This record gives sequence, structure tokens and C-alpha cells, in this order.
Amino acid sequence: MSDTAPQPTTAAANPPVQPIAPGFDARDVVRISATSNVPQPERQLTKLAKLIDVSKCIGCKACQSACIEWNDTMPAVEENVGVYENPHDLTPDMFTLMRFAEWENPATNELEWLIRKDGCMHCEDPGCLKACPAPGAIVQYSNGIVDFIHENCIGCGYCIKGCPFDIPRISRVDHTAYKCTLCSDRVAVGQGPACAKACPTEAIVFGTKEDMVAHAETRIEDLKSRGYENAGIYDPEGVGGTHVIYVLHHADKPSIYNDLPDNPRISPIVEGWKGVTKTAGLAVMGLAAIGATLHGLFARANQVEPEDEVEAERLVETEAPQPQPREDV
Amino acid sequence: MPRLRYSEPGDHIESRAPVTVSRYRGITRLNHWVTATSLILLLLSGLALFHPSLFFLTGIFGGGQVTRWIHPIIGIVLFFSFLLLFLQLWRLNLPRPEDRTWVANIGEVVKGHEEKLPELGKYNAGQKFVFWAMSVLIVVLIVSGVMIWEEYFPALVSIPLRRIAVLVHSLAAVAIILVFILHVYAAIWTRGTISAMTRGTVTGGWAWRHHRKWLREIAGRDRKGPAE
Repeated sequence: MSDTAPQPTTAAANPPVQPIAPGFDARDVVRISATSNVPQPERQLTKLAKLIDVSKCIGCKACQSACIEWNDTMPAVEENVGVYENPHDLTPDMFTLMRFAEWENPATNELEWLIRKDGCMHCEDPGCLKACPAPGAIVQYSNGIVDFIHENCIGCGYCIKGCPFDIPRISRVDHTAYKCTLCSDRVAVGQGPACAKACPTEAIVFGTKEDMVAHAETRIEDLKSRGYENAGIYDPEGVGGTHVIYVLHHADKPSIYNDLPDNPRISPIVEGWKGVTKTAGLAVMGLAAIGATLHGLFARANQVEPEDEVEAERLVETEAPQPQPREDV
Repeated sequence: MPRLRYSEPGDHIESRAPVTVSRYRGITRLNHWVTATSLILLLLSGLALFHPSLFFLTGIFGGGQVTRWIHPIIGIVLFFSFLLLFLQLWRLNLPRPEDRTWVANIGEVVKGHEEKLPELGKYNAGQKFVFWAMSVLIVVLIVSGVMIWEEYFPALVSIPLRRIAVLVHSLAAVAIILVFILHVYAAIWTRGTISAMTRGTVTGGWAWRHHRKWLREIAGRDRKGPAE
């Protein structure tokens, strides 16, 4: 191995043919689940992003096929129930899913077919990581990728409660959580995500976040010139921005795209559970245990006195004379 | 036989000189210790997932995956074990007027001046509090626990409801651990109590000092003869 893989700035690049060292690895981790005081890496990788331009998507599902092929998953064959989604939902074997919505635009009275590629948004402030109780099961790299480390995952499903987008799925086979990795294994060797590479219309593009935001702006300008006044970028502030961003033709109404959250954020209930409850709860339990031990060691115990025993004997004598033969009953 | 107001039918004077009183049958003691063992295992496995600094406790069970798997199963064992215990104990744990006086003078109890307080039946207000707190918290824990039991009930309730359930579960767990500490501490501090749950008996002096109405009723009942 001679060279180190560069950070990929496009999904189109072909891989180098000679062996190369990964461009990022465990040394670039900035956050680790259930771990405080993570030593910060010496270098800061360029922030990356995948841009999904919903207006360019034709719903071909090439991204899903590429995802299945690259990750070597085998989503179960399901029944056709008359909808376009296939499979019907994200599964532990399907990390990304085209979701189809038929929406009647009240302004034009026209039916619009809204297709959104669903999957992990790679939040800058990841709720899954915050909720996870297993040290090292979820990590975030300095380039923004949030990844599940399966050997540390215990399958509790706390990430599902933490996620504002309903993304992680627990495998019934190995009882660990699965989701889109942003193809961290491809990115590490200088390649873009499989879905982006497979997309025939370049509705999915990949690169530095700066480039992607700039690209989104040209797309939004174009959409606005075509009458989509509310076209805009979806890079929600509530989770600190995301590393998967959308261009939406109706950015004022994200929820029409199969319930994309209007203002996603980590639920305050999750914050309260993982914040004050965890810290104060441990403190209260610890204090109670220590207090009880100290009181037990140093305070005078409640002893039964010898006179109590005498009184008891007297009581038993008077209330209950020595049992006589049965005829006295 | 007159209705028993302060004691269970099985409670009886076991020996007279010195006086020992049978407080819990063998089956009740077994039931108690199955519940206690379950609670301690739940406490250890639950704390492991509650705070990262305690995650090492998963090692007791064989790792994080096993801990995640076994915790709810022990929870089911505890629930049914406690249910049996509840059915045996609830009647004498119903509140009585003297409980109010006892609570109002809790300071005298702590100082060990129980003679200044009204005579009590089988349980004092503190023991009743532990009993009812355990009962309520166990119901809260089993209900919220099933809601977040990923392996068998992954989609029983919506994700927003599961968030509430997990918060309620952890708050109830903190509360039950506090009640557990109180229970263990009170049993140790009040000397002579633990034998009630090991050998099943307490000394007459213990019964006279802490549960005099209970002792009176048993002693009075025994006048009819121990063979009853």
C-alpha cells in the first residue's frame, strides 16, 4: 500500500486500481455512543454530503438496487399490495427506499407524483447516537458520516427512539441495528456512495457539503425559474444540519413527501431521558445507597431489648395459657 | 373463628420459652426470594443500560446482547412472582387509622421510641408504603417495559409513545431502586427482622416491640390450641 485514498468529491470517479490505504478510519471519530470525553482527532476531514434532488428523480429504484448489491443484502420478496414502494418499508436489509406520494397541488389543481429516496440523513447532531447505551456501537466521523459498529451493538432499539426520521431497523437475524452507512467503506477508499453512482439522472450526487449546497442552489434557481416558487433545500437546522440533503420543489411543505418531518429535532423526551434523568437518577440512587450504608454503620440500630422478650412471654402466657388437652376448647 | 384483622391464618406462636412467632410460611419465603433475586438481576442489567459508566455490568450476564435479551425475561419472572406475593400480602397492607399516627411520629420511630406510638398489626405504615410502592412501580415497569421490548413487540406502540415509555421506565426504575434500598435498609436496621424471611420466625420480643397487635391476635387465637 502506497497512497492514501483522497476524500471523494464526486460519485462519478472510478476507483483506483492499485491498493490504497483508507482515507479515513477510527482515528477520525468525533463522537462515540455512550462515551464521554472522546479524544478529538488531530485532523478535520472535509464535511461531506449526499444531495438528493427530488425534482430529478424518476423513481427507477436503481439506487435501491445499487445499495443492495454493494451492501450484499437480500431484502425479502414481499406481496404486491398495489403500491410502488418495494419493499413496503425500510428493513434491516434495505437501507434506502423510494417513497411515492400522490399529491394534489391546491394552487394548480394538478396531481404531482412526489418521489423521495428515504434513508439515514446522517445528522450533525445524531439522535441515534445520543440514545445508544452501548459504548462504541454508533460513531460519527469528522466528515459527518454516522455509522453503526455492529460488533458493539446490543440490539436494544434505543436508536429507533432517538432517531427523528424513523430510520434504524433491528435485524431479526443478528439482533443489531442497520441503516444507510453513506457507504463509509466506499468513501474511505475515495469512492462516492453506491446509490449516487447508480443514479441515471444524477438526482443523487455526492461531494463536499459546501459543493452540494452550492449545487443545490443552482438547482433551486432553476426550479424557481420553472414556476416552483417554494423550491428549496432541506438541511434541517433542528438536528444541526444533515449530511444527506434534499432539493424539494415544495420546501415549504416537507411533510407532503411521505411525512418528511417539517422541523426534525431530537425529541425533548429523549433529551430528558438521556440528560437529566440519567445523571440525576444515578446521583440519587448512589446517594441513597451510600447514605443507607453510612447510617447503617454509624447510627444505633433498632434493637429488641430483653424486656421486650419478657413482655412477649407474659403476653403469650396471659392471652394463651399453656395448651390443655383438647376438651378445653 | 373470628375474622383476623391483624394477622394471617398461618401466623402462629411457634415456641413459648423463649417466644418465637411464625411470620411467613415457607412458600411465601420462597416466593419472596424469587422476587428478590429477580429484582436484583433486573437492577444490575437495567443499570448497565441506564448509564454508560455502569455498562460494564453487562459482563455479569455475558455481554450486552445477552443483557438486552435477558432483562425483559427476568422482568416477566418478577412480575408473576410478585403477583403471587401480592395476593398473599395485600389484605394486611390495607391502610388503617393508626398508620396516620405512625407517619406523623416517624421521628420517634427513627429514634427507636416505638412505645410512644400506637400498637400495630402485622405491618407498619413504612412497610405498607414499600408494599404499595413496589406494587404500583412493578405494574408501571412491566407495562412500559413491554412497550419497549424490541425483540418481541417491535411495533406494539408508535415511536413517540415508545419514547415516553422508555423515559417512564427509567424514572420508575430509579424509584423502585430507592424503594428497594429503603426496604433492605429497614430490614437490616430493625434488628431481628431478617429471620422472618429466612427461617420464617421472629422472636416474641421483636413482635412485642414492633407489631404488638399482631402478636396479641396470634396469642389470643392460640388459646384455642396450637393444633388448630
